[in-house]
Amino acid sequence: MIDRVFSTVVFAAAALVVAALVWVLTDVVSEGAARISWAFLVTEPRDAGRAGGIAPVLVSTLWVLVIALAAALPLGLGVAIWLSEFAPKQRGFAAYTGITLDVLAGIPSIVYGLFGNAFFSVYMGLGYSLLAGGLTLACMILPVFIRTCESGLRQVSDDWRQGAWALGMTRAAAVCHVLLPAARPAILAGLVLGIGRATAETAALLFTSGYVDRMPESPLDSGRVLAVHIFDLSMNVTGGDGAAYGSALVLIVLIVLLNGLAQSLVDNWFKRRISQ
Amino acid sequence: MMIDQPTAAYTLGEMEQKAACCVPSPILQVRDLAVYYGNNAVLADVSLDIHKGCITALIGPSGCGKTSFLSTLNRLTDYHPGVQVRGQILFDGHNLRQESVDTLALRRRIGMIFQRPNPFPLSIRRNLDLPLKEHGVRDPHLRKRKIKQALKDVGLWDEVCDRLDSSALSLSGGQQQRLCIARALVLEPEILLMDEPCSALDPISSRVVEELIMRLRGRYTLVIVTHNLAQARRVANYVGFFWMRERVGKLIEFGQCRQLFEAPTDALTAAYVSGAQG
Repeated sequence: MIDRVFSTVVFAAAALVVAALVWVLTDVVSEGAARISWAFLVTEPRDAGRAGGIAPVLVSTLWVLVIALAAALPLGLGVAIWLSEFAPKQRGFAAYTGITLDVLAGIPSIVYGLFGNAFFSVYMGLGYSLLAGGLTLACMILPVFIRTCESGLRQVSDDWRQGAWALGMTRAAAVCHVLLPAARPAILAGLVLGIGRATAETAALLFTSGYVDRMPESPLDSGRVLAVHIFDLSMNVTGGDGAAYGSALVLIVLIVLLNGLAQSLVDNWFKRRISQ
Repeated sequence: MMIDQPTAAYTLGEMEQKAACCVPSPILQVRDLAVYYGNNAVLADVSLDIHKGCITALIGPSGCGKTSFLSTLNRLTDYHPGVQVRGQILFDGHNLRQESVDTLALRRRIGMIFQRPNPFPLSIRRNLDLPLKEHGVRDPHLRKRKIKQALKDVGLWDEVCDRLDSSALSLSGGQQQRLCIARALVLEPEILLMDEPCSALDPISSRVVEELIMRLRGRYTLVIVTHNLAQARRVANYVGFFWMRERVGKLIEFGQCRQLFEAPTDALTAAYVSGAQG
């Protein structure tokens, strides 16, 4: 009897979550699908975004994402490798680094936005630019990415470390050729989380990459990303709801596509390392 | 995990034979070796000679420092934080414990096999290719030849030659352990350290690996930690018996296999090998 009630309750919880997701998706797809067309993707917005397309917004989004990942990936992997393989266990600087990362992971993105504005835009003189936005996003996704990769590396069996060392391999070679391929699922999970967070971020970018909806000519130009575009259309532009729905649908599809792309890239890269 | 087919025992290929050791000639001379974890000694006063081309078995109960002893011989203890080693280990007359020793080159000359088979989660070929590349063997044809020879030496070639690119983890436990031995052999070491190489395997795979160990005698010098007294008796030329005294591992007796099993000089050894102790 108790088991039946319990299972019903947990099932209801699952159903509620799925229902919420389905509702959001149905809403976005049914309202947004009508707006989607090739022209919507390749033309500039007109009339504050009520008409026209989202071409410059898409380009800005991709710029910001590429900059964020280019900065966060190597840096994050480096820190994760140091924490799991080289740092003294849970002592001194390593322990402080761990605590710092956990705190950073919990900071609201609006705070990252203000920091990015103060540091990248003003102090480093990047102004409102895609570069400043991308770097701010990199700061934001780093803590989660590092922690995910680090725990992935820690879970790699010690037998493999010992085996690699006993073969006279350097610690660097053990990490690059044995441990990283073995930690592939965790690295991929960190990457997917990072892409998701970076693509959908609004608050941190309002103050750093700006909301000019012109086509950016270089990463030093200001630009409006999809999430900011949706925010602006639905909050500040009366009659912009249709375009906002269209943009939201594009954003969701984009994230799904990017995750698929990341998965196949990581898989391919490691497959080459695994069987050469 | 599927077990080795019994026929696997008969796929062991040709192996070049060298005379088995008749004249004892020490390749490793251990003098007054002690191992500390922090301030606690786990092993003390170990002095023994490992003879070229022979199989030396180390027996004794768990936790008396046999594995620690083994990892001092290839300086794997360098990577274990908090471990301190004292004493001398002469390898071909040079103390391998000196700071200046190139440990990576040392580990190429002194290979190690672990209790649990630990092939890398890579393809079978890559498992052997990687150590060769890391040690600067650039010629791909040479690597290919060496890989084939190593796999033949451990009797794995016929079993895996048509699936070298599949994952090493798809092999059975016994095959994995033989792959690990091949991975060590491909670097052409002089000495192989084996830490209970059969204890994680089923009886049939265990027999195949044991047969392989016997075939390696003469060509390589082997040091084997084993809990299996019958195995030590079957394969070893020399046997060292370790025991805990006052919570510190000590080498109680060391000698030729037959003498140690049939006419031990120490009462503790006699009790242990007869099964009355331990």
